[in-house]
Formats: sequence, C-alpha cells, structure tokens
Amino acid sequence: MFALEFPPINALLRWKDLFPTFNKVAMIAVAAALIGSIIFLMAGSRDGTKAPRGVRNLAETIVEFIEDQIIMPTMGRAGLGWTPFMISLFVFIYLCNIPGIIPIIQMPATARIAIPLSLSLLVWVIFIGVGLKHQGIKYFTHLLWPPGVPTALKPLVGVIEFLSTIFIRPFSQTVRLMANMLAGHILLVTFALLTEALVQAETHKLFFIPLGIMPFLMLVFLTLFEVLVAFLQAYIFTILTGVYIGSSMEGHGDDHPVSDHAEPGHHAEPDRAYAH
Amino acid sequence: MEAVSLLVQAVDPADAKNANAAIGAGFAYGMAAIGPGIGIGYLVGKSVEAMARQPEAAGMVRTTMFLGIAFTEALALIGFVVFILLKFA
Repeated sequence: MFALEFPPINALLRWKDLFPTFNKVAMIAVAAALIGSIIFLMAGSRDGTKAPRGVRNLAETIVEFIEDQIIMPTMGRAGLGWTPFMISLFVFIYLCNIPGIIPIIQMPATARIAIPLSLSLLVWVIFIGVGLKHQGIKYFTHLLWPPGVPTALKPLVGVIEFLSTIFIRPFSQTVRLMANMLAGHILLVTFALLTEALVQAETHKLFFIPLGIMPFLMLVFLTLFEVLVAFLQAYIFTILTGVYIGSSMEGHGDDHPVSDHAEPGHHAEPDRAYAH
Repeated sequence: MEAVSLLVQAVDPADAKNANAAIGAGFAYGMAAIGPGIGIGYLVGKSVEAMARQPEAAGMVRTTMFLGIAFTEALALIGFVVFILLKFA
C-alpha cells in the first residue's frame, strides 16, 4: 500500500567485498580486535602508580567489571587467571556488536553466524580442555552422571547431560548472540524503511508525512535499545563462558556433598543448577 | 477498495506459496514468543521480589537473573531463526 519493499535478506547482510574474501563484516571484526588491543596496550603503558586517567581509567573499569561481575560469581577466586581471556572475549564481542548502531557502518559483525560460531567453538574446546586438565578422564563420567543420580535414571540422565553439554551449549551460545544481533538489525531496517516509505508517500501526503514521525521515534528508541542489547549480549556470552569453564574446573562437586550448595553465607558460589 | 482489488489479484500460485510461507513464519515466531514471554516475566518479577526483600544479595540475584533470561530467551530466538528460514530460505 505504501510501496514498502523489504529488501532481500542478502542486501541487508551480505555487503560488497572490499577485496576478494574480505568483506565489511571481516573488516569490522579486524577493527574490533585492533581497537580492543590498542586500548589495553595504551592503558598498560601508562604509569600504574598514579591515579588512573583517560584510557587507563576505562581499562581499569573494564577489568574490575569483568572480575567482580563475571568471574567472581561464576568461577570464584580460582578463575581469576581467566581474566585476560574473558576481557578479550567481552571487549571483542562488544566492539563487534556496537557497529550495528554506528551510522554509515550500521552492521553488527556478530549478526553473521561466523563470528559467534567460531567464538563458541573456541569456548567449547576450552571448557572441555579445562575439564580434562582439572579432572582427567573422570571429567566425562562426571559430565554424564552428576553425583547423586539414582542408577535407574542413569541412561536417561546420561543422554540428556551429554546432549546438553556437548551439543546444546555451543549451539545455544551461537544462536543467542547471532539471533539477538540479527533481530535488532532487522528491526532497525524495518523502522527505517517504514519511515522512508511514509515520508516519501505519493498519495495522501498530508496524512502520511506527519505520520512518518511515529516510526522515526521508534527508530530512535530502538537505536538506544540496541546499545543496551549490544552490551547485554557481550555480557551474557562472557558470563556463560565463565559458567561453563567454572563447571569444568570444579566438576559437579564430587568431593563435597550436595548439601554444600545450600550453605548460608556462601555467596561467592553460584547456583550450579543453571550451569547445565 | 484497494484492499479488495489486492485480494482478487492474489490467486497466483507462486504468490500463494509465498503467502503461506509468510503466514507460517509469522505463526512460528508468534508461538515461539509466548512461552519465553511468560517465563521471562515470571523470572524477572521473582528476581525483583528477591532483590527488594534482600537488597544485599542484589548483585548475585542479578547475575543469576541474567543467566536465567539468557537460557529462556534462547527459545524465542530459535523461533526467530525458524522465522528467518521460513521467510527467506
């Protein structure tokens, strides 16, 4: 009715290659990695004994955020060695997400499945590796049968635990990041097109052109919302990584009885029930 | 009037197939959003209750809440992926 033509999905997601095999999504990813490294290298070269200013202030805020909000609740004190990995994961994903709302670029690099998939496969390899390192080959039996499972239920629990740990974890981590950013991207495109179609309407101009302000306001609101989503998805991806690595590090608590989790005042310990 | 003429035109088989795909896609996402909607509402509501009752535990509750939201939301997002597949693939 408004001559509203939604572009084909490839027009939204597949951009012209700058060079063969190097498109703008790859460029955003490379830029994100470079910007993240440069920020932390600059911060690292500042004098650490003085009060932090500028870049160092930013970097210290990020480090503190990762340590207090992500590592301590999921892995506890033993996980502090993972801080550099978590920081690079968080900063990289955030810097890949945020171009989704930067004018002219307007494309979250994580809306294509390549980056989320490779990151979650990396996490998959790491949490299995950590499990093997900390628990040896017993990691797999712990993985299949958490302690305290009745023998009659073992076949069922084994299948469910195997599927949820080995397949569902990387799959859901990938799809969560990719689909969130893709959904935000498509939502922005939709409202931008709606605004354009209403403002350029050829019939009933007096009615349609003022009406165009409504999708435009929605577009502004969604752009602000995408800032939040970009941060939240980076946070969730990193915290899930923390949960997975943490669960590999400690297993399902073979040494401690199950009632350990109910101990009052044990706040640093997360609820492992979510760590499936 | 415009709408009626559009309806009359839309009996082309290729168009009908696209229209069915679009309807299916719309239903797929709509249905997939119901459960997680209820789930996230319940989860956040309970978390706010817990934070109001025990503000000193707010940090831990918030972390756990985000984790729960992440797991619940995955279902809706899988529905969204199905929508994309039906509509565009």
